[in-house]
Amino acid sequence: MAVAALRPRALLWQALALGVVAGVIAVFSINASHHLAARHIATGFGFLSAAAPIPIGESLITYTPSVSTYGRALLIGVLNTLKVAIPGCLLATLLGTLIGIARLSPIALLARLAALYVELLRDLPLLLQLLFWYGVFQTLPAPRQAMRPLPGVFLSNRGLRVPDLVWQPGFTGVALALLGGIGLSFFLARRTALAPGLAVRLGAFLPVLLLPAATLALYRPAFRVDWPALHGFNFQGGASLSPEYAALLTGLVLYTTSYVAEIVRGGLAAVARGQWEAGAALGLPRGAVLRLVVLPQALRLIIPPLTSQYLNLVKNSSLAVAIGYQDLVSIADTTLNQTGQAIEGVALIMAVYLSISLTISLAMNFYNARLARQAG
Amino acid sequence: MPRFARSLSGLAALLALLLPSLARAAPPAASPTLAAVLARGVLNCGVAGNAAGFSLPDSAGVMRGIDADGCRAIAAAVLGDQKKLKFVPTTTENRFTALQSGEIDVLVRETTWTLGREASLGLEFGVINFYDGTGFMVKKSSGVTSARDLDGATICVEPGTSTELAIADYFRVNAMKYTPVEIQDLQEIHNAFLSGRCDAYSTDSSALAGFRFTQGAHAEDFVLLPELISKEPLGPMVRKGDDKWFDIIRWVSFAEITAEELGVSSRNVESFHDTTNPDIRRLLGLEGDLGKALGLDDQWAFNVIRQVGNTGEIWQRNMAPLGLPRGLNNLWNRGGLLFAPPLR
Amino acid sequence: MRSSLRVRVFSAAVTLALALVLLDGLWHFFSWAIVHAIWSVPRGADGAPDTDLCRAAIGRGACWAVIGEKFRFILFGFYPHALQWRSAIVVALFVLLFALSLNPRFWRPALVAVWLAVLALVAVLMWGGVFGLEFVAADQWGGLPITLILATFGLALSFPLAILVALGRRASGLPVIRWIAVAYVELIRGVPLISLLFMASVMLPLFLPEGIDINKLLRAQLAFILFAGAYLAEVVRAGLQALPRGQQEAAAALGLSYWQATRLVVLPQALRHVIPMLVNTFIGFFKDTSLVLIIGIFDLMTTGRTATLEPRWQGFGNEVYLLLAAIYFAFCFAMARISRLLERRLNEPHLPIVEPA
Repeated sequence: MAVAALRPRALLWQALALGVVAGVIAVFSINASHHLAARHIATGFGFLSAAAPIPIGESLITYTPSVSTYGRALLIGVLNTLKVAIPGCLLATLLGTLIGIARLSPIALLARLAALYVELLRDLPLLLQLLFWYGVFQTLPAPRQAMRPLPGVFLSNRGLRVPDLVWQPGFTGVALALLGGIGLSFFLARRTALAPGLAVRLGAFLPVLLLPAATLALYRPAFRVDWPALHGFNFQGGASLSPEYAALLTGLVLYTTSYVAEIVRGGLAAVARGQWEAGAALGLPRGAVLRLVVLPQALRLIIPPLTSQYLNLVKNSSLAVAIGYQDLVSIADTTLNQTGQAIEGVALIMAVYLSISLTISLAMNFYNARLARQAG
Repeated sequence: MPRFARSLSGLAALLALLLPSLARAAPPAASPTLAAVLARGVLNCGVAGNAAGFSLPDSAGVMRGIDADGCRAIAAAVLGDQKKLKFVPTTTENRFTALQSGEIDVLVRETTWTLGREASLGLEFGVINFYDGTGFMVKKSSGVTSARDLDGATICVEPGTSTELAIADYFRVNAMKYTPVEIQDLQEIHNAFLSGRCDAYSTDSSALAGFRFTQGAHAEDFVLLPELISKEPLGPMVRKGDDKWFDIIRWVSFAEITAEELGVSSRNVESFHDTTNPDIRRLLGLEGDLGKALGLDDQWAFNVIRQVGNTGEIWQRNMAPLGLPRGLNNLWNRGGLLFAPPLR
Repeated sequence: MRSSLRVRVFSAAVTLALALVLLDGLWHFFSWAIVHAIWSVPRGADGAPDTDLCRAAIGRGACWAVIGEKFRFILFGFYPHALQWRSAIVVALFVLLFALSLNPRFWRPALVAVWLAVLALVAVLMWGGVFGLEFVAADQWGGLPITLILATFGLALSFPLAILVALGRRASGLPVIRWIAVAYVELIRGVPLISLLFMASVMLPLFLPEGIDINKLLRAQLAFILFAGAYLAEVVRAGLQALPRGQQEAAAALGLSYWQATRLVVLPQALRHVIPMLVNTFIGFFKDTSLVLIIGIFDLMTTGRTATLEPRWQGFGNEVYLLLAAIYFAFCFAMARISRLLERRLNEPHLPIVEPA
C-alpha cells in the first residue's frame, strides 16, 4: 500500500481523531466541575475513609456498620464479586463440558434434553433467570424445620450451614503442599501418559496425596471443628452460604453453561473423526486419545470464545443487586446513594471490573499462546 | 484540503455548542425554574413509579398516589391544568442527579428530609407531605412482640434508603446483632419476607401497613412492632438557589392543608364563589392577590383544589384504600401534624 | 457402530429415568397452569377487580386474571390507552423487519434503505406530531416497543461506528487511530453494561452543559449504542480477518482508492460472512435491554414487574414472569434458529446464498 504517499494526510487524520477524543474529554470535565461547583456537590475520594453505615450481610473480612469505612465496605464488595466469579467460571466450565459432550451423546433423549437446556437458557434474559432461582431457594424450609442431609449440615431458607474447621497456621502449609502436589502430578502425568503400565500412570498422581500427608505429619495441627447450632432466630457457628449467593451462583453458572456447552460441542465436533481413528490405530486407549490428540486441538478452538464467556460471567455477576447479594455494584450503589458522589462511585466500579477483565484476558491469552506453541 | 477545513470548522462549532457559557450574567430576580416550566408548558415531575400509595401506575398506566397527586397539584397551580405534567420515574440512585441536572423541576419521591441531604446535595426540601417512621413487621407466629426481641434476627431491607441507617444505629445502640438481607426490588423483598427468608421486614411504617393490607385474609398473620426507631419526614425536593420556585412548592402544599381545614374540597369549591369568609376568599383568589405574590395566577389555589383536591381527599384516594390510619398525617386540630401558616 | 448389549441397556435405563422426571415435571406444571388455574376474577361494587379467588389459589393454581387485567400495561406501559394501536403497529413493523433481514434473498444494498425507512416510520408512529397523529413524548413510551427500539436502534446506529472502529483497529499506518479503537473496544467490553447505564443515567447529565438535557430514554439509547458498537466492532473485525488480504490488494491494483475498495470489495464480503454472528450478538442485545430496569426505564421487564406491585395484584409475579419469559423466548428462539440455518448455509459452498432472480 502506498502508505508513504498518505503520510501527511495520515498524520492529519490521526491528529483530528486525537483532537476529537481530547476535546470531548475536556468538554465533559469542564462541564462536570462547573456543575459540581455550582451545585455544591462534594468531590474527591475522601469519603472512602469516612464511617459507612451500610449493613452488610455476608463478608469475608470483619466489618461493623457505622464504624468501618466506606473503603472497607467497597473492598468487601470486590471480594464478594470474586467469591462469585471464580467458582462461577470453574463450575460453568465443568458443567458446560459435560453438557457439550452430552449433546454429542448417542442416547437420543439425553442429547435432546441437553439441546433443550441450551436453547431454553440461552434465549431468556439472565435477570429473569436469577429472579427465578432466588424464588426457588426461598421455598426451602424455615430454620426450625431445616433439612439435615448430613449430621451438622443444615439446609434452610437462611442458606446452607456446614461445620467449619477452625483454621490453624499448619493448615496453610498443608494447602500449599496440596497445590505443590497437584502441580507435580500434572508434570509427571504428562511425562508418563504414554507409559505402558497402568500402575505407572496412576503412580504419577501419588504426590497429590503424599505431599499434604507429609506436611500434616510434620506440623500436627489441632483439628477443632465449629459446629453450627440453632440459637434464637438463626444458626450460629460453622460456615454458611446464603440463599442470595446460591441463587446468583446457580443462575450465572447455568446461564453461562449453556454458552460453554455450545463452545465445547463446536470445538470437539471440529476435530475431524479421522483424528480419533488415527489415535486408535496407534494403539492408544480411548482416554489417552481424548487427552493427547483430540483435546489439545479442540482447546485451541475453545479457549478464545471461552475467555469471553468468563468475562461475561464476571460482568453479569453485577446483576446481583437485583436479588440482594452484596457484590461490588450493590455496595458501590449504596455508597454513592449515601454520599451523593456518583462520578467517583461509577468510576470505581468501572476500574475494578476493568482490572478483573484485563487479568482474565491476559491469563487466558498466556495459556492460549502456550497451547499454540506446544502444538506448533 | 477544503473538506478537511470544513470538518474542522464543524467540530469547532460543535465544541462551542457543548461548552457552557462560563461567563454568566447575574442571576435574574424571577425564578428560572418557573420560567422554564411556563415556557415548556409542561411540569417535569420526578416520582418513584413503584410505590403503592405514593406513585404507582394503575392498569391503564395512570400514575396514582399522594406523590403523583403532589405533582398534579403543582402543575395545576403553575400551569392551570393538572394534565400539563410529565411523570419522570426515577430510581433511588438517579433521583438526586435528575434534579441537580435540571431533568426534572421537582422531585416528589418519598424522600426523607435529613440535614446531610440538604447540606451536601445542593438540594432542599420544600415541605413535609408525609410523616413516617421506620418500623418492623414480623410474623405473628414468631412470637416477637418488641423490637428488643430481634437480637440475632435476619432483617429484609431496601438498600440505599434511610431505613438501613436507622437500623444500623438502633442495633448498635442496643448492642444487638442482626443479619441484613438487602434487596432492591419491592416485590422481591415482599417474597423474601413472606417465604421466611427474613425474620423481620423493616421500612417506613406506612409501607409496612400497606404491605400488611395487601395480604387480605392473611393480614392477621403479621404484626407491626410498636417501636418506631426513626423519624421519616418525606417531602418534595427542589434545587437550591431558586427561592421563588421553592415558595411555590411549599405554598401549594399549604393551600391543600388550608382547604381541608376550611372544608373546601374539589366537590364544593365552585359553591364558594359568593362566600363572605375572608380566609376562603383569599384562598380562592376572590380577594387580594396572593397568587401574583407567588408569581402565579390568582386562581392558583382554586385550580389545585378543583382539579386535585385538599389533603383529606388526597389521603382518601390514595392511602385509605391501603388500610393506613391517618395518624400524624391528620390536621393539627385532629391529632395530626398538618399545620399550615396563614395564607394572607 | 459398536453397540454391545451393556451399552444398549444403559442407554435404555438413562432414557427411561429422564422420561419419568420429565413427565412428572410436565404434569405438575399442567396441573398448576391449566387444571387449577383461575382465568378471571369478579369485579366488586366499585368496579375494581376482587382478587380473593386468586389469593386462595396461590401455590395450587395460576392466576391468569392478572395477565388479563395488566397485559396492556405490560406490553405498552404508559403509552396513552387510545393510541396504543400505534405501539402495536410498531411491534409488528419490527417483526416484519427482522423476518425480512434474516432472509438471504433480501441481502442487497436496498435493505439498508428498507431499514432506514422502517426506523423512520417507527419514530413517526411512536412520537406522532405529524400527519395528524397526536404527539406522545418519549417519557410515555413503554413495554415491548422500548425493548425492541433499544435493541434495534442500538444495532442500526452502532453499525457505522462499529465498522469505523473495526477498520481503525486494522489501519496499519495510523497508530493513534488504532490505539483509540483498541482502547474504546477494550474499555467498553471490560465493564458491565449496568455501569454504562449508570453512567448514562447518573453521570451524563453532569457532563453536559446546562440547558441541554437529553431525556432518559435517549441517554439509555446512547449507552446502548456505545456498548453495541464495541461488540459489533469485534464481529466486523472477525469478518475482515477472514478475508484474504489479496482482495484489498486486487482492488488497489484496479485503481480503487482505500475507501472505494473497502466499500465495494471488502465490506460486502466481510459482512456477509459474519451475518450469523451478527444475529447472535443482536439476540444478546435484545436480552440485555432488560437491564434498563436498573435505571428506571419502563421496558418490557420493568412494566411486567411494576404490574404486580399494585397491592391488589401483589403475589402473582410468577404468572407475569412466565409471560415475559414467553415473549423474550419467542423472539430470541426464532432468531437463533434462523441464525443457525444461515450458518449452515454459509458453510456449504455448493448452495448459493442468493438465489438467482
